[in-house]
Amino acid sequence: MPARIWALTVKEFLALLRDKVSRMALIVPPILQLVVFGYAASFDLNHVPYAIYNEDSGAAARNFLARFAGTSIFRPVAEVNSDAQAARLLESRDALLVLHLGPHFTRDLLLHRSAPVQVIIDGRNSNTAGIALNYVSAVVQGFNEQWAADHGWDHPPALLKIRAWYNPNLLSRWFIVPGIVGLLTLVVAMVVTSLSVAREREAGTFDQLLVTPYRPLEILIGKALPGLIVGLLEGTGIVLIAVLWFHVPLLGSLAALYLGLIFFLMSAVGVGLMISAAAATQQQGLLGAFLFLVPAVILSGFATPIANMPPAVQYLTYLNPMRYFLVILRGVFLEGDGVSLLWSQYLPLAAIGLLTMATAAWLFRHRLY
Amino acid sequence: MLVFEDVTKRFSGAAGPALEGLSLTLEPGGIVGLFGPDGAGKTTLLRLAAGLLRPDAGRVVVLGHDTRREAAAVQGAIGYMPQHFGLYEDLTVQENLDLYADLQSLPHPERPQRYAELLRLTALGPFGARLAGQLSGGMKQKLGLACTLVRPPRLLLLDEPTVGVDPVSRRELWAIIERLVREGGTTVLVSTAYLDEAQHCREVVLLREGRLIGQHRSAVFTAPLAGRVYMVPAGEGERRALQRSLEGAPDVLDALIQAEGVRLVLKEGGAPPVGAQPAAPRFEDAFVALLKPAAAGALPAAPRAVDPPSDGEVIRVQDLGRRFGSFAAVKGVSFAVRRGEVFGLLGANGAGKTTTFRMLCGLLPPSSGSLSVAGVDLRSAPAQARGRIGYVSQKFSLYGNLSVEQNLAFFAAAYGLTGARRKERLSRALCEFELTPYRCVDAADLPLGYKQRLALAGALMHEPDILFLDEPTSGVDPLARREFWQRINAFAAAGVTVLITTHFMEEAEYCDRLVLMSLGEVLAAGTPAQIRARAVRDDLPHPSMEDAFVELIEQHEAGLRSAA
Amino acid sequence: MNTRLVGLMRKEVLQIVRDPSAIAIAFVLPVVLLLIFGYGVSLDAKHVPVGVVVDAPTPQTQAFVAGMRESPYFDVREYGGIAAAREAMQERRINGIVWLRGDFSRRALTAGDAPVGVAVNGVDANDARILEGYVQGVWVQWLAREARLRGGRLALPVELQSRIWYNPALRSRDYLVPGLIAVVMTLIGALLTALVVAREWERGTYEALMATPVSMREILLGKVLPYFVLGMGGMALSVAMALWLFHVPLRGSALVLFGSAALFLLAALGMGLLISTAAKSQFVAGLIAIIVTFLPAFILSGFIFDIRSMPEPIQVITHVIAARYFVAILQTVFLAGNVWSVILPNGAALLVMALFFLGIVARLSRKRLD
Repeated sequence: MPARIWALTVKEFLALLRDKVSRMALIVPPILQLVVFGYAASFDLNHVPYAIYNEDSGAAARNFLARFAGTSIFRPVAEVNSDAQAARLLESRDALLVLHLGPHFTRDLLLHRSAPVQVIIDGRNSNTAGIALNYVSAVVQGFNEQWAADHGWDHPPALLKIRAWYNPNLLSRWFIVPGIVGLLTLVVAMVVTSLSVAREREAGTFDQLLVTPYRPLEILIGKALPGLIVGLLEGTGIVLIAVLWFHVPLLGSLAALYLGLIFFLMSAVGVGLMISAAAATQQQGLLGAFLFLVPAVILSGFATPIANMPPAVQYLTYLNPMRYFLVILRGVFLEGDGVSLLWSQYLPLAAIGLLTMATAAWLFRHRLY
Repeated sequence: MLVFEDVTKRFSGAAGPALEGLSLTLEPGGIVGLFGPDGAGKTTLLRLAAGLLRPDAGRVVVLGHDTRREAAAVQGAIGYMPQHFGLYEDLTVQENLDLYADLQSLPHPERPQRYAELLRLTALGPFGARLAGQLSGGMKQKLGLACTLVRPPRLLLLDEPTVGVDPVSRRELWAIIERLVREGGTTVLVSTAYLDEAQHCREVVLLREGRLIGQHRSAVFTAPLAGRVYMVPAGEGERRALQRSLEGAPDVLDALIQAEGVRLVLKEGGAPPVGAQPAAPRFEDAFVALLKPAAAGALPAAPRAVDPPSDGEVIRVQDLGRRFGSFAAVKGVSFAVRRGEVFGLLGANGAGKTTTFRMLCGLLPPSSGSLSVAGVDLRSAPAQARGRIGYVSQKFSLYGNLSVEQNLAFFAAAYGLTGARRKERLSRALCEFELTPYRCVDAADLPLGYKQRLALAGALMHEPDILFLDEPTSGVDPLARREFWQRINAFAAAGVTVLITTHFMEEAEYCDRLVLMSLGEVLAAGTPAQIRARAVRDDLPHPSMEDAFVELIEQHEAGLRSAA
Repeated sequence: MNTRLVGLMRKEVLQIVRDPSAIAIAFVLPVVLLLIFGYGVSLDAKHVPVGVVVDAPTPQTQAFVAGMRESPYFDVREYGGIAAAREAMQERRINGIVWLRGDFSRRALTAGDAPVGVAVNGVDANDARILEGYVQGVWVQWLAREARLRGGRLALPVELQSRIWYNPALRSRDYLVPGLIAVVMTLIGALLTALVVAREWERGTYEALMATPVSMREILLGKVLPYFVLGMGGMALSVAMALWLFHVPLRGSALVLFGSAALFLLAALGMGLLISTAAKSQFVAGLIAIIVTFLPAFILSGFIFDIRSMPEPIQVITHVIAARYFVAILQTVFLAGNVWSVILPNGAALLVMALFFLGIVARLSRKRLD
């Protein structure tokens, strides 16, 4: 690489890393956030607090409740003996759900009659409620199978055996952690690039740069390289933590992963530089960064599947580099995809990268004064 | 009024203290000038007086209040105008005034009268509704002063109020300050890099490297120079050569180009050259005599010779125009610059000089007309063409959070210097511009004068054929300015073409030719003598360049006003 | 109120009016984000492509497949053989396979393993689990129907009757939108103020301000109050959109809603001011603002991921995220009502955070340059 472009890259690095605060801000939070988010971001429920409202003193009821106590998913917090008490616990969020066994639970069962169990659940967080209900019904059906077998009920199996491919225990961490890899890489790339041109414009140094023999393409490369290099290094660190710390399986090829990382960084850096080149002030640059970052994360399929979005919004996601990168990450990590399967993801990323970078380079000289 | 008792102030990271053992007493009344070379501690002294810094040792007492304990009381009684007065550029003139009236708790009933006074004083009345960001540099300074004066302070601290201000506005600013002292009984402490402003001062405080050199009337400083100052008459074409030869003479302390010839300050016991006529010493002579380093820096080596000199025109500007929306910043400007010429672009703040510069450097497309630099338009020319020019912008624009050395190394590489040549240019730049002690200091933390040196060093790194310098010397002390001009003259002698703007009218004398711009138009063009001749009147047979400037600009503006 | 404070506030308001980006932050940002979220984000899977393989078609299998087709949750695609279906799943064209084996009609109603093979793509564990639940539901319905056809009813030992409070239809939008308001307000609060102090440092306006008799407390109040008003405007806009565009019910009182919003906004503005004051340069302030605001509020606030399921140490960490308290209050006030046992402790936490941030800012800001 010509020494001149390298000098520009070195200068960008110095401007970024000489300040202690920005040096720290670039290195510490992504790593810290990966660890914290890796544990925090999960749809799996643990220790769901529940209350017991049991009006039956029979053995079957005890047997039934023991099944709940026996899982790590549920955690009993209280026993109540009135609806009002139950309501208070739900209201204050001390319990997510209340199991209500009527006074005739054991008697009904022993008489071969269906015994109703009422579960009252706090629906404020509908996703949690839905998942918790699924868990509850799984426990209940387990009890049913057992009871039917032990007490000679003749009935067909109500429980289907379901196999999950790629993620047999349905650990949502396996799904989320590769997503966080993408999230943090995006944030780092935006941090490095989105203010870099606006900052120079405000300080007047951009004019100084434009009177040197640098061509816009060279300035672009000089400005893009730090983002790519920092992104690659931090991306590697983040992947290592995902594999070594969180034990997410990395089944596919590293070549496929890094090819994806490079293409993704190209597009993210391109968007960042485009925002930066279009902004007159750093305030505008920051606003632009957020206006891109937030929808990019939300419409990426990171936490909520793209397939659930209305068609118009789904079309919008085709503009989002995160969308493609998440497919690559999950494909490589969990499904063992190789390079050849992922071209349909690489190419859009490369296209976004080239288009945004070209726009940024054009804006360097042609932004209206 | 203001007492410094054995005050020392250090900043973390800096090599030496900014102020050391400084003791100073200011009597009430009049204007006191604060002078000293770059990095002498002028700004630190004013900030200490304003209670914005605490002394590390000693104490500062302002109007009877210790700044350490009673900063609020001090700030209630003084006015302080920092170097870059922080006007809110997105507020109008009137809104800025309102803000400071509120901050100073000026009672509402008193406001209309005070505003009227201030606006009359500063002649900003017609611009009340204009955004401060759209004012010219001189008007901004006047507005800053007006904001500081909303409530008449007993002590007024001004930090380089005239930096970057054209001569017309500078005269107006001083008129305001003098009226204030005369009518309001305010005491003013003002720091400045313009040594001729010592004439306005009752007393002069001279600092160097954080220590007090002296505090006297300016006449006391100039007294020892009686009989050592001479004028050697010379014609316009020969002044530069004469100055260079005299500068090297053993008896000569200082040689300076002036309208009529070369001004000499002799060393003690030195003999004047033949034909020299005695002249009255000025404060500037005393400043140089006191502060010029004993062993003056060796003259910079002549730069490499560029292509054989010819009379070819290097820069040609034809009917150049630029509009910003409905506002025409530059209207039909034409001029041509020959190779090896030092060409000056003079004009009041807002005359369109910087806009012209930006168009020449290819940073801004012209709205009309044509231009060529070294035969091409830099905006559309291949990138290598830009390697032939060097550019120093008006606003300091190097990387503030990179060290001096890193900045220079970057620009060396940007212009494609490599290997041994790059090393050699780097060390020479550090040495020539006396930046070596500051090589590891962040550019943003340099004193103003050193920032300018760094900017110049960066632009000269690649030995360009054409130099664009937009107010390269504003805020730089006289000693550094002398060195700067030595360097420019050496470049010009070697065939480098220099295009320069400046607000120091004595510097205009260094130019081979110049144009005077006003409100986007060329008002006058020619040699310095030709320009001066335009302002000759019966009562002013030998106008200085500054007189000519003020005269021509005022004529033009008055003409426009009456036409409108 | 004293004139100095009034003057500072007027200055700030004028600057806001002149630079449209502050207005954009307060009003455009919430509209754009709420629209995208409100319409774009849903955890309710619908029309999930599922492959169905029927080895030996009979009326029973037809009834089962019809049950799946009637469900809005599935987009049923039939495959001739299990191999073809597996290939489709590998290529991500379908998310699950339901395989009715050859002995389905014979064995379906007897005890023992059901003759149905179900496989789902488990990469998105949450989605997979939801899909599992839906398939399970179709199966039980089919069993009940078959039992009815034979004149009996499906008798299970324990029958679960679920009652869902506050959001009986489990509309995910109803809980995402209130949580989203908290995330958006975090961004607004921090963005509005993250640059305002740093900008004054960079432009040199601070030095001139400080040399006047104005006190540091007045300077800070002059900064907080205008942006507070602006932020509350953004809040009102967000609430209006939640109520009338997304039809989220508001069961608590508007007074509680805006009271807690005020506390939260003070905390968010305080955080922005703290970033700005500590950084002194717009660049560093912007950098920190990007890193510490959005993702933590998004992931650690309980807006999407339930805090109670996080490991203990992470739950402790979430206590430093102001959005966490606000999300709890918002979800409760919108969906449940004025539940003081939720509102009071969370409101108190917000108050503490606001005081903490503003207190630190006041301590850090001195009227001195060194």
